[in-house]
Amino acid sequence: MACISPDGKPTESGSKMLRALKAGSGSPEEIAKEAGLPLFRVRSGLRELAEAGLAKQKGDSYELSEEGAKLIK
Amino acid sequence: MEEIKEQTGHMPRIGEPAPVFEAVTTHGKLKLEDFKGSWLILFSHPADFTPVCTTEFIAFSEIYPELQKRGVELLGLSVDSVSSHIAWVRNVEEKTKVKIPFPIIADLNKEVSMDYGMIHPGQSKTETVRCVFIIDPNQIIRTILYYPLTTGRNMDEILRIIDALQTTDKNAVATPANWRLGDMVVVPSPNTQEMAEERLKQGYECTDWYLCKKKL
Repeated sequence: MACISPDGKPTESGSKMLRALKAGSGSPEEIAKEAGLPLFRVRSGLRELAEAGLAKQKGDSYELSEEGAKLIK
Repeated sequence: MEEIKEQTGHMPRIGEPAPVFEAVTTHGKLKLEDFKGSWLILFSHPADFTPVCTTEFIAFSEIYPELQKRGVELLGLSVDSVSSHIAWVRNVEEKTKVKIPFPIIADLNKEVSMDYGMIHPGQSKTETVRCVFIIDPNQIIRTILYYPLTTGRNMDEILRIIDALQTTDKNAVATPANWRLGDMVVVPSPNTQEMAEERLKQGYECTDWYLCKKKL
């Protein structure tokens, strides 16, 4: 897991993506720009965050889930 | 013949869509489609903790900033485990101070290696040879290079190919032998006698009607 550590906490890149999502839903391209991460990392990371229930996919965009929001309070 | 085909898997060709994959890497699970919109250099190496491969990884890391300027991502591959890859890149950083910034596929089950024809049994039945696949933003294979186990790759040539592909795509021209960025490019050959005569009046540098060059 690149975005979530074995202890369930987001990694540095995972936290960057969650913080970018906190500003509102966005496309992987927008989140990559906001988080300062390569687009391929963001695409795979968002998939991972969504599988873990920390983000939700809506069409081509993503938004923070309630669970994800709790992690970056 | 069938046995060799079984051992080598599919042999992709330039102009074909790159075989799709989902693979475990040092940067997490990645799919080919994650790279859509970027150029991608997918390259294989025989094994971690080997001398020629180590020099290549350092060299790939050194050209990484130049590749980034050109919108190119790098993705390594070998049949070693992800733990081996992590240990190796950490060792390279510790011993040489060079950080490996790109992901490496841990192709333990050889799935990606077989789909890309990276195992050449005449060289090794268990390791991938030194392959380079240059894949464009539409995920079409544009260049394939194979190097033997004993010969490290030439980074200048890889950068030169990227520059040539991007230049020819943008300007509908071709590049002559030993071309470098900034050199004159080759104007496509004319298809009719009329076009052949017209092009001689267009101010190109022509050796003859079929070989004309221009500055971009």
